[in-house]
Amino acid sequence: MASKVKVATCSLAGCFGCHMSFLDIDERLLDLLELIEFDRSPINDIKTIEGIVDFGFVEGGLCNAENVHLLKHFREHCRVLVSVGECAITGGIPSMRNHHTLKECLYETYIRGVGVENAHIPDDAELPLLLDKVYPLHAVVRVDHYLPGCPPSADAFWHFLTELIAGRDPNLPLQLLRYD
Amino acid sequence: MSPDSNRTFFLDGQEIPFREGQSVFDAAMSAGVFIPHLCHNPDYEPHSSCRLCTVIVNGRPFASCTQPAVAGQMVQSDTAELRAMRRTLTQMLFVEGNHYCPSCEKSGSCKLQATAYHLGLQDNHYPQFFPRREMDASHADIILDRDRCILCGLCVRISRDVDRKNVFAMTGRGIHTVIVVDSASGLLKDSRVTVEDEAVQHCPVGAILVKGKAFEVPIGERIYDKEPIAVASVRRFQAREALTHG
Repeated sequence: MASKVKVATCSLAGCFGCHMSFLDIDERLLDLLELIEFDRSPINDIKTIEGIVDFGFVEGGLCNAENVHLLKHFREHCRVLVSVGECAITGGIPSMRNHHTLKECLYETYIRGVGVENAHIPDDAELPLLLDKVYPLHAVVRVDHYLPGCPPSADAFWHFLTELIAGRDPNLPLQLLRYD
Repeated sequence: MSPDSNRTFFLDGQEIPFREGQSVFDAAMSAGVFIPHLCHNPDYEPHSSCRLCTVIVNGRPFASCTQPAVAGQMVQSDTAELRAMRRTLTQMLFVEGNHYCPSCEKSGSCKLQATAYHLGLQDNHYPQFFPRREMDASHADIILDRDRCILCGLCVRISRDVDRKNVFAMTGRGIHTVIVVDSASGLLKDSRVTVEDEAVQHCPVGAILVKGKAFEVPIGERIYDKEPIAVASVRRFQAREALTHG
């Protein structure tokens, strides 16, 4: 029997909605697990990819230095990298902060915001530095394929994954192509 | 041979009849062939600025919405090259603005989104510009969200030619072009615009919206949720033709 396809996933500046929608493939997950095995993923809580995996699915855009670090880790360790969902592909809802400077965002949240007590901008060394703007993944690394939707539907995930595993270009048919 | 039988041209090899004075676009849509378009609304005069409806006529590119149909001409529309050009133009419109489909009230009824679906766009290819554009929510009933504007100029043309109010105009050049409003303050609330204006009703994207109406039709039941733009737009065009020309 051929060895299983290795898949890694992660969520950056996203809401985990794409991961939830992926799990919505329900019992088809059992069929899928005949074909794939999960490497690093929030689904199994493995934190880093050892070696090379076949497919990396990245949800969410880039809002801080830690996002960029993890994305580069994925690019280095995934044969095929997929941008999943509106945030990964365009920056999405988090990129609405790009209307304002980072300073304005921090002041509004931590200094002037409603109900703020002990107003100060958090600066703990543990906190990843925020980027000047929220960026889509392809602004930083090469991306091989894009799976749009907010989130992509379970059927879109299923179609996309099965096409990818079959070695075809994962083009979504019209009825599965949505940006909202 | 009746006089009218001379009035046909060939579109991707299909013989298309036309009436004297019809554009290539109108004749194609009458015959049930969809040509992607954004700045053109068949209810109004064509403008040929978005170039999405570009076709090759006798070897040269023309905007089909303003190109008169001529007997015997050979027209190509559904070619790999033209599809690639339409994809590129649409991707550029997406990255030049701030189009947040998941939070946009127009999602499902938006011609930009539906056209991107038609063209099979799964990504925007280019870097996002993230331009900073001003929103005008000053009017009690109407909102102007410039983030979503694709500068098709339809509101400018309709307000000038149909509403006869000249509420909207474009200013700036190139990437700095924006829609401006005719009022002393530059705000919609001080202009002559009203919700009855046709210019307000026909924005193809979510840039001009009537407040409080956004979710009257729920997501999932909107124009292009029910059928793709290629089907919806040809159906609408043919219904309009039947009314006007029997």
